[in-house]
Amino acid sequence: MSTPAPAAARSVSQADATRPSPLRLYGLWVAAAVVLAVLPYVLRAPAAVPVVNQMGIAVVFALSYNMLLGQGGMLSFGHAVYFGFGGFFAAHALNLAARQGLWLPVPLVPIMGGLGGLLFAAVVGSFSTNRAGTVFAMISLGIAEMMAASSLIFDRFFGGEEGITTNRAKAASLGGLSFTTDRDVYYLIAFWALVSAGVMYGFSRTPAGRMANAVRDNPERAEFVGYSQRWVRYVSFCASGLFAGVAGGLFAVNYEILTAENMGLGASGAVLLMTYIGGIGTFAGPILGAIVFTFLQSMLSDYTSVWLLYLGLVFLAVVLFVPFGLAGVLAMHGPASRNRRLGRLVGPYAAAAAVMLIAVIGLIGCLEMVYFFVSAPAGQVTKRLFWLTVNVRTATPWLAFLALIVLGGLGMRWAGPRAAAAFADANLQHPDR
Amino acid sequence: MTPAIELLDVHKSFGHTVIIRGVSLSLEPGQRHALIGPNGAGKSTVFNLITGKYPVTSGRIRLKGEDITGLRPYEVNRRGLSRSFQVTNIFPRLSVFENVRCAVLWSLGYRYSFWHLVNAAREVRERTEVVLEQLNLTARRHVPAGVLAYAEQRALEIGITIAGGADVILLDEPTAGMSRSETEHVVQLIRQVSAGKTLLMVEHDMSVVFDLADKIAVLVYGQVIAHDAPERIRANAAVQEAYLGVAQTATA
Repeated sequence: MSTPAPAAARSVSQADATRPSPLRLYGLWVAAAVVLAVLPYVLRAPAAVPVVNQMGIAVVFALSYNMLLGQGGMLSFGHAVYFGFGGFFAAHALNLAARQGLWLPVPLVPIMGGLGGLLFAAVVGSFSTNRAGTVFAMISLGIAEMMAASSLIFDRFFGGEEGITTNRAKAASLGGLSFTTDRDVYYLIAFWALVSAGVMYGFSRTPAGRMANAVRDNPERAEFVGYSQRWVRYVSFCASGLFAGVAGGLFAVNYEILTAENMGLGASGAVLLMTYIGGIGTFAGPILGAIVFTFLQSMLSDYTSVWLLYLGLVFLAVVLFVPFGLAGVLAMHGPASRNRRLGRLVGPYAAAAAVMLIAVIGLIGCLEMVYFFVSAPAGQVTKRLFWLTVNVRTATPWLAFLALIVLGGLGMRWAGPRAAAAFADANLQHPDR
Repeated sequence: MTPAIELLDVHKSFGHTVIIRGVSLSLEPGQRHALIGPNGAGKSTVFNLITGKYPVTSGRIRLKGEDITGLRPYEVNRRGLSRSFQVTNIFPRLSVFENVRCAVLWSLGYRYSFWHLVNAAREVRERTEVVLEQLNLTARRHVPAGVLAYAEQRALEIGITIAGGADVILLDEPTAGMSRSETEHVVQLIRQVSAGKTLLMVEHDMSVVFDLADKIAVLVYGQVIAHDAPERIRANAAVQEAYLGVAQTATA
């Protein structure tokens, strides 16, 4: 192959021409880096930075979860185990380094978390990735239960009910960086979130990552093209554990405390919810899901004590109506965007959103009144709801909110088909293509 | 010469049901072989035994002189044997291009690598494009394989089988369910991709069999009753009675 034939040279240049330009390849990542860099200066509210920090941790965690669920077709009910194990590992490493005077600066603590997550995933994966499907899901649940029990037994490692506390101020310094404020920690989290997302995206483009998709779709055929389905799953599982551990390490740095709750079934359920709400079919889905979930979590809990119920309803709505998640809904509008017909959707969508909002207000009103009715101290009968004060012992507010639900529901029967028709029309392929 | 595939007194039973009753078969390398026989004779089972999908009950199987009895499908594949399936068995949610690329990766030495980017691997892309061109699917490369037309999926099925460059190829009913012109297309494709390789195919279409095969093995009731050149198989009395006779009464 010393003389490149002209034909071969032409085919290579053609292939190069079809590859996306560097701007398209890296533009999104550069834009993300710029946004992350200026974000603390844009956010005015002092309470916003801690929420954004939480989002950053959730993004890494959800992306690691989707390496299993979306990319590899492995449904795990215990992914927080690797998050928690990484977090405890990182916290202990930080404490040990401070005690012994070892050099472990704060920015490197998430790496320790990643090592912890990887280590544990390498052990558990050696038997849990034998099979996909129900068997895998059941093993993940069993491991989660086992770790919950272990956290009470091995309290030297898990710290019992108080958990393990750490102190990032006692860590060795790296280039004079100190991590005293939320904003300092924000940049640490932003850096690791961006790096982790980049590496996880890169992983999905490697032979191991591509074959994870293949094994998800058809494990039998993957074996007949030379790949052991078990090994393919194991590699993904370990990579996923690694990044869950990085997220746990970030958590340890951010909150300086870890408890058994962080690796419990609740935390495992949360990562499943946020990943699914965002959409498991695209790489960006879990990022979107983690941001929306964390936002709802922190906002809703300020306003209502039944915020978990609302999150559950949002999850149900996603599963029932948009199984591809929020990112899937956005991706569905790709053809309409290419046809330059997105403008035609604004009207029908706004009408549908308006009637849906009416129904949602009615539903929230009813749920809040039910909750107030069963939980308010005796003698208290009035409650602030939206813009008014209602007396839950009278029929009027109940009837009014029920009427809103009915009204909204009827409105949806009118607006829903119109929005769907507008969507179908906008996505229709151009006749001349 | 070392046979490409050698079966030595292979038996297979599922529970109490005996399917394969002592098959011994030796396939010369570089030839096209057809495996024919009435429905239920065990043709697909023979494929599944050779490729490691099912373990044999007794007997040995050799690939190019090496004992492969009891190896897993991926281990057999890595030794240079590849197969297609009777019922289309592709990666439905992956694009046509990705389907073929998955079949190329191992043979080009990428294994479970998580430190190479597939888009940067030039030989992977070029090999995939060559196969797509052979399959006449270049224009459909970005389409999810699950939405291809039936004949296109069957072509992709063969493409995945041959993309890794295996020198022993097993095709299970490659023309099943196809129209006359589609079948001619596939025969053309098979002739092209099996040149210089050992081919074993299960096929019901006798015109395809006699058109392509250098040698024909006849499997009846779990036993090979003949293995010979096509014209001698046609003249073989036992085959006529056991197989062609059955086929005639079946069509009558």
